[in-house]
Amino acid sequence: MKTVTFRIWRGETDGGKLVDYTTEISDGMVVLDVVHKIQATQANDLACRWNCKAGKCGSCSAEINGVPKLMCMTRLDQIPIEQPVTITPMKAFPIVRDLVTDVSWNFRVKKQIKPFKPCAPQGEDGAWRMMQEDVERVQEFRKCIECFLCQDVCHVLRDHNKHEEFIGPRFLVYTAALEMHPLDTEDRLPELKQAHGIGYCNITKCCTKVCPEHITITDNAIIPLKERVVDEFYDPLGWLWKLLRKKD
Amino acid sequence: MPNPSVSIEPPAFGQTLRRDVWWVQPLAVFLGFSAFIVYSTWAALQGAHYWFDGNGADYVSPFYSPEIFGNSPHALFGPKPGWWPAWLIFSPAFFVLWVPAGFRFTCYYYRGAYYKAFSADPLNCAVGEGRKTYLGEQYFPFLLQNAHRYFLYLALAFIFLLGHDAWKALWFKDAAGVAHFGVGIGTLVLAVNVVLLAGYTCGCHSLRHLIGGFRDKLSKSPCSSCYNAVSCLNRRHMLWAWVSLFWVGFSDVYVRLCSMGIWHDVRLF
Repeated sequence: MKTVTFRIWRGETDGGKLVDYTTEISDGMVVLDVVHKIQATQANDLACRWNCKAGKCGSCSAEINGVPKLMCMTRLDQIPIEQPVTITPMKAFPIVRDLVTDVSWNFRVKKQIKPFKPCAPQGEDGAWRMMQEDVERVQEFRKCIECFLCQDVCHVLRDHNKHEEFIGPRFLVYTAALEMHPLDTEDRLPELKQAHGIGYCNITKCCTKVCPEHITITDNAIIPLKERVVDEFYDPLGWLWKLLRKKD
Repeated sequence: MPNPSVSIEPPAFGQTLRRDVWWVQPLAVFLGFSAFIVYSTWAALQGAHYWFDGNGADYVSPFYSPEIFGNSPHALFGPKPGWWPAWLIFSPAFFVLWVPAGFRFTCYYYRGAYYKAFSADPLNCAVGEGRKTYLGEQYFPFLLQNAHRYFLYLALAFIFLLGHDAWKALWFKDAAGVAHFGVGIGTLVLAVNVVLLAGYTCGCHSLRHLIGGFRDKLSKSPCSSCYNAVSCLNRRHMLWAWVSLFWVGFSDVYVRLCSMGIWHDVRLF
């Protein structure tokens, strides 16, 4: 067994510090196992949020050596352990205690996005029908586990604190899933342009890089939404084309 | 989205707990782009050695094609126009380069890359910016990035124009002025250039949107296979962007050095 030092952020809303814990590790351990071990043996009051330990609940988000990751999906053989391993809470959200942050802002944002508004059923039996090809595109977005790592790494929220003007990559993916849905009839483009601030995204693709579900957030959700906003607000030739087609 | 509970202290410039060599990627992008910008600006200002007709070949540098005004036999409207201001340096490349430059400058891949490398916005993921104001692409001037699709239309036309140059590079004139089919190294250089530029342009995010992505029902698209093909190229857009950037620069170098007599074009058959 190897002995490794873990440098864990301890503190509350009024501040805190990094505290070193040295412990033995064994093959196959993930960072969350170590946190639980430290919690059990050295720091009973260490706060950390977790649930499934399988990368599906999105609870144990943190920053491991400065990179936003799920603690339960980060194996110790994937990170350098020669030096102390730093574990800190997500930087884009207020601290509650230790590794636990207050992510409630995300749930408030979600409520502000116009919900799914289906078209009238096409069949006489009152059923909606969709082609597989049409739903495949939005299926990718439904893999999101709401771990908010993408929100955490997004520099618009993390560095610029634009929480009041920008909804962040998670909710651009959520909007894309609704907006591109083959049965949806709602128009969310005016909000995307203004209140949801899609223009703040400058396509650095950090959200895509940290997504544990490997959703191609930037290329498949954000950029297509940006293009739809261009269609609606910034493309005079496109407006002319639509006008001519309507006359036809 | 009023959110009084969220107020995060912004990290200082370069502040991070990352242990990897996160600075290598933005540095490589900075050096790569800078090298291309310096070379292409120098090449555009030369106004000479942009075509090669030795051994009956007919090669023209992609930096200068289509040649609107100029001194080569390729000029569509003759030499430098009389209305060109005397105090302003003239080069046929001035009429051309703004199109690919505008297309690449507004490209979604390049935007993300040069925001990091040139304006540290951010330096890299989870690395502090230390900047107090941020407008992104929400406001002027970067709001103008939304003109990308207009540059796309022009860039698509350039693929055909450069394809025509590659076609002309397949014909070599003999002493009597009769053109014969042939392939030289320059032919291959110009042909590969067209293929790489086409791969880059046809994988454009705006094209992906315009060719079908704007629809909620892709199955209703008249050409859903076109959407799939563009999506396929789009998945490697970064690779196409870099390779095509390098090769278009190399194509100019090749034609220029042949024209200057430093390199000698080899005719394969």
